[in-house]
Amino acid sequence: MNVIFYIAAIVAIVATLRVITGTNAVHALLYLIVSLLAVAVIFFVLGAPFLAAFEVITYAGAIMVLLVFTIMMLNLGQAAAKQEKSWLTAGVWIGPCILTVILLLEFIYIFSSADQYGSVLHPVSPRQVGETMFGPYVLGVELVAMLLMAAIVGAYHISGEKQKNYHRFFENQNEEI
Amino acid sequence: MSAVPLHMGLLLAGILFLLGLVGVLTRRNVLFMLMSIEIMVNAAGLAFVVGASRWMQADGQVMFLFILAMAAAEVSVGLALIVQMHRQHKSVDINVLERLRD
Repeated sequence: MNVIFYIAAIVAIVATLRVITGTNAVHALLYLIVSLLAVAVIFFVLGAPFLAAFEVITYAGAIMVLLVFTIMMLNLGQAAAKQEKSWLTAGVWIGPCILTVILLLEFIYIFSSADQYGSVLHPVSPRQVGETMFGPYVLGVELVAMLLMAAIVGAYHISGEKQKNYHRFFENQNEEI
Repeated sequence: MSAVPLHMGLLLAGILFLLGLVGVLTRRNVLFMLMSIEIMVNAAGLAFVVGASRWMQADGQVMFLFILAMAAAEVSVGLALIVQMHRQHKSVDINVLERLRD
């Protein structure tokens, strides 16, 4: 199990690196799907089979399909990939990379000194998750449902109509002219 | 069956989160920034699941389900904004939005 965890972790990190360095949007998206599937494997190893299935169905399935359709709608071609390559210069990369490497070293230092917390491989059954979700957390489930409803209405409202003017004041001004 | 150490799981979550952070900081394409935010959200969820399996409590997994719903809502609104931006400015460059009007 340990070996499976490390292999999946390396796959996830490499795929994520390809996402943030990629120039072609579709290729980056496919690498992102690989990364999410690797995280699903990690969930399975950590003893969360319900969430592993959920990660595949919702994240790698539904959300990524949404992104794929949007990229198809935007229809970014070869020119966009070239422009993307011209944006990715060393000057842009170097500052954030140094800062995040510092943060990573701090992470490694903290977690290597926190070894006494022991190991993680205790499966939590889907039954337990369901009982907790619809027991103490039932209010959270309701709130999440409302959040999703608001997101649907908001997305429809934002992307639906074609805005001509930014404010009705300018619209009246145009009519007068 | 040998167990996975706790700090390795948390370290992986941290590395994935920092990779997403680098993506948000360095990319100018809004689509890539949205993908990097997805990576960060997913890494935070991974940390929750690691905690859940360490303490054998289902709370962390329930939190991951909430994070999943939040990510879905965020992506749908974010993509609608990107589509609208591409429609108005014919570009997905974040620097175009510096000029607030026109």
